[in-house]
Amino acid sequence: MGRRTPLFELHQELGARIVDFGGWDMPVQYSSQIGEHHAVRRAAGVFDVSHMCAVDLKGARVRQFLQHLLANDVAKLKVPGKALYSCMLNEAGGVLDDLIVYFLSESWFRLVVNAGTRDKDLAWIRRVGQQFDVEATERVDLAILAIQGPEARAKAAGLMSTTAATAAMGLGPFFGREVDDWFVARTGYTGEDGFEVMLPASEAARVWRELNAAGVASCGLGARDTLRLEAGMNLYGNDMDESTHPFESGLAWTVAMQPGERRFIGREALEKAQAAPSRQLVGLILEDRGVLRSHQKVLVPGPGAERAGCITSGTFSPTLERSIGLARVPVGALQQVQVDIRGKLLNARVVKPPFVRFGKSMI
Amino acid sequence: MSNVPADLQYTKTHEWVRTLPDGTVEIGITDHAQHSLGDLVFVEVPETGRTVALGEPCAVVESVKAASDVYSPVAGEITLGNPLLAAEPEAVNNDPYGKGWLMRLRPTKAAASGELMPAAEYQKLLLTEAG
Repeated sequence: MGRRTPLFELHQELGARIVDFGGWDMPVQYSSQIGEHHAVRRAAGVFDVSHMCAVDLKGARVRQFLQHLLANDVAKLKVPGKALYSCMLNEAGGVLDDLIVYFLSESWFRLVVNAGTRDKDLAWIRRVGQQFDVEATERVDLAILAIQGPEARAKAAGLMSTTAATAAMGLGPFFGREVDDWFVARTGYTGEDGFEVMLPASEAARVWRELNAAGVASCGLGARDTLRLEAGMNLYGNDMDESTHPFESGLAWTVAMQPGERRFIGREALEKAQAAPSRQLVGLILEDRGVLRSHQKVLVPGPGAERAGCITSGTFSPTLERSIGLARVPVGALQQVQVDIRGKLLNARVVKPPFVRFGKSMI
Repeated sequence: MSNVPADLQYTKTHEWVRTLPDGTVEIGITDHAQHSLGDLVFVEVPETGRTVALGEPCAVVESVKAASDVYSPVAGEITLGNPLLAAEPEAVNNDPYGKGWLMRLRPTKAAASGELMPAAEYQKLLLTEAG
């Protein structure tokens, strides 16, 4: 038996198929993965992401600590409630995890880290945090719901008191705030508008049922994966890990190399990588029939075995009704590649993600 | 509860076999199999004329999430792959024992059929797996 979220019994009651996800028993789908995907693109869906971990960081020097810990620069967080996406790197520039950091006050920031890496992350954060007198608290008392889709914010606000709903609806993109005893953030992992809500674990099942009653579909991690890939968002462990750095993972935009005097962990390795780039992460659309999957080999035009790459994430896109993927390939301008699928070489077009945003095709 | 028609034969790997009047057999995956896989988005069927051995992977069914091999429950020569499935892979979900058949083949003369089980036995297998 794996670890379970406060919503496990409810998922079972709703008929979800439960699978192991990084040591957690999680719902992969309730009825139809494609149906759940479309619910989020067209209306609203709710995901249990309580397996992810909220970590509160407190201390007088917490901002300084995060400027050392993270590849993105929390100096960008000037207004309380503002969130930032960042990688946390090791000394070699490899990605330990990707996370969201919220600025709550000068002595209080909150991180949300991945489920599969939470134990490793906490140990790392606490070790580095010692030098800055930062205290890290795992908020196991909170459940996390992602409510996503064009109708998600309005439907979620419908469950709140009038003042809370007004405050929540007033949030700008990538902002969060406490409303009553919930923390509501206008963030997500689907390419749609919506909220991610952290709330007391004891309230989670009731809120989920109320969302269902308001027309928000229960959605599993299967749909979450197709939605995030259409949105061109990386998945930790697939598209980047400790053996790859952000520049070869499509994440250069999340690394703040300026100001040059900020000596964050991994910086020296990234400076070297920046001087001699070798690989890049690109988007692919399969032009032939079939489905791209992670680990399939990608053949890039040009001589030599070093011209080969690899699919890091692949799926069938329910919105585009064709297969899409992300692939790590040698640097250089590319338009067309071939992918080895069970011994057959199929044609794929190179595109710049995202594939889909706000329900619309971007390619 | 999965639908298990009484007039078909089954394998441990969740394929079904129907013997047609001309002696050829029609092969597909069971209701239980399609349900476990979820929404199918791509099906690859074998080419006509291909010879397949007992237990050889000869078709691929892909859901949104993953690709799965289908193993031939009978040795023989493929007479037809279901032409409908290129455009309508979801037929396997919607009608696994009818429109969603995968392939037809002519069994080799000495084809071993000891691996196949009747419906009642397959039902029992499903209960064991569920338990």
